[in-house]
Amino acid sequence: MLDVEAQEPRKGKWSTPPFDPRFPNQNQTRNCYQNFLDYHRCLKTRTRRGKSTQPCEYYYRVYHSLCPTSWVESWNEQIKNGTFAGNI
Amino acid sequence: MAHPVQLGLQDATSPIMEELIAFHDHALMIVCLISFLVLYVLSSVLMTKLTNTNITDAQEMETIWTILPAIILILIALPSLRILYLTDEINNPSFTIKSIGHQWYWTYEYTDYGGLIFNSYMLPPLFLNPGDLRLLEVDNRVVLPIEAPVRMMITSQDVLHSWTIPTLGLKTDAVPGRLNQTTFTAMRPGVYYGQCSEICGANHSFMPIVAELIPLKIFEMGPVFTL
Repeated sequence: MLDVEAQEPRKGKWSTPPFDPRFPNQNQTRNCYQNFLDYHRCLKTRTRRGKSTQPCEYYYRVYHSLCPTSWVESWNEQIKNGTFAGNI
Repeated sequence: MAHPVQLGLQDATSPIMEELIAFHDHALMIVCLISFLVLYVLSSVLMTKLTNTNITDAQEMETIWTILPAIILILIALPSLRILYLTDEINNPSFTIKSIGHQWYWTYEYTDYGGLIFNSYMLPPLFLNPGDLRLLEVDNRVVLPIEAPVRMMITSQDVLHSWTIPTLGLKTDAVPGRLNQTTFTAMRPGVYYGQCSEICGANHSFMPIVAELIPLKIFEMGPVFTL
C-alpha cells in the first residue's frame, strides 16, 4: 500500500480527486474554487484555439467531486448572468 | 452508539480512534496518580501529630518537584503530538463524500461517479420502529465503505454545525462558505451514530448523523434504493 506503484494514479479509471499538495490542509475551499476556475479557463482557452476540450475534463471531475452542488449551481448562474467575480 | 450511563469513550472503529483511546488512558492514568498523590500528602499533613516550629529549607525536594512535572508534561505532550500528526497524514482517499449542514438536517452528496444527493432527517419519535434509538435514527443513512480511506468534505448552507461520529474519532465543524476536509478509514462494518456538535438553533439536538458502514465489494455495486 505504501510502495511507489500504489501511489501512482491508476490508468483510465477515475476514482476520486487525488491529494493536491497545493492545498495540504483542512481548508479545501480554495481547492474546489481553483479547479472550478481552471476548468472554465481551460474550456475558454481551448475553444478559442479550436482544440479539443477533453483535457479539461480532469478539472471538471475534481470540482464536481469536491464542491458542494449548491456552490456550483450559484457560480454557474453568476457566469450566465455575467456577475461571476472570478477571473475566467 | 453510546449506551446508558456510559462513562468512557465508545469502542474504536478506526485506527486513529484506537490511538486516541490509548492516549486518553495514558493521560487519565497520569492525572489519577497526581491526584491521589496530592490527596495522600494533604491528608497525611492534616492528620499528623508531629509538629515542627522551625523554618527549614528543602532544596532537593524543591528541585525534584519542579523538574518532575516538566517531565510529566513532556510525557503527555509527545503522544499527543504524535496523534495530531497521524491525523494529518497524506493518504490518497478512495472516495469523496460531501456533507452539508442545514437547519436542521444534513445533505449528503456522492458525486465521484454520478449525482446521488439526499437529505437525512431525524426520525420523529412517533415514526420510530420498535427497537430504534430515540433522537438518533434518521430516514436516510450515509452509506460508506470499510477498509478504504474516505474523504469527507463538510460545509454548511446556513449557520455553524459540526459533523461528528465519536466511534470513528471524527468531529469537524461545518462552516458556511468554507469547505473542511476530514479523512478516515473504518475497520468494522456496522451502524454508527453521532449528533450535531455545534449549537445551531432550536433543533440542534435533533439532527443526528448515522453512518452505515458496509463491505467495500457491496459498496462498489452501487446505490440500492429502497422504497
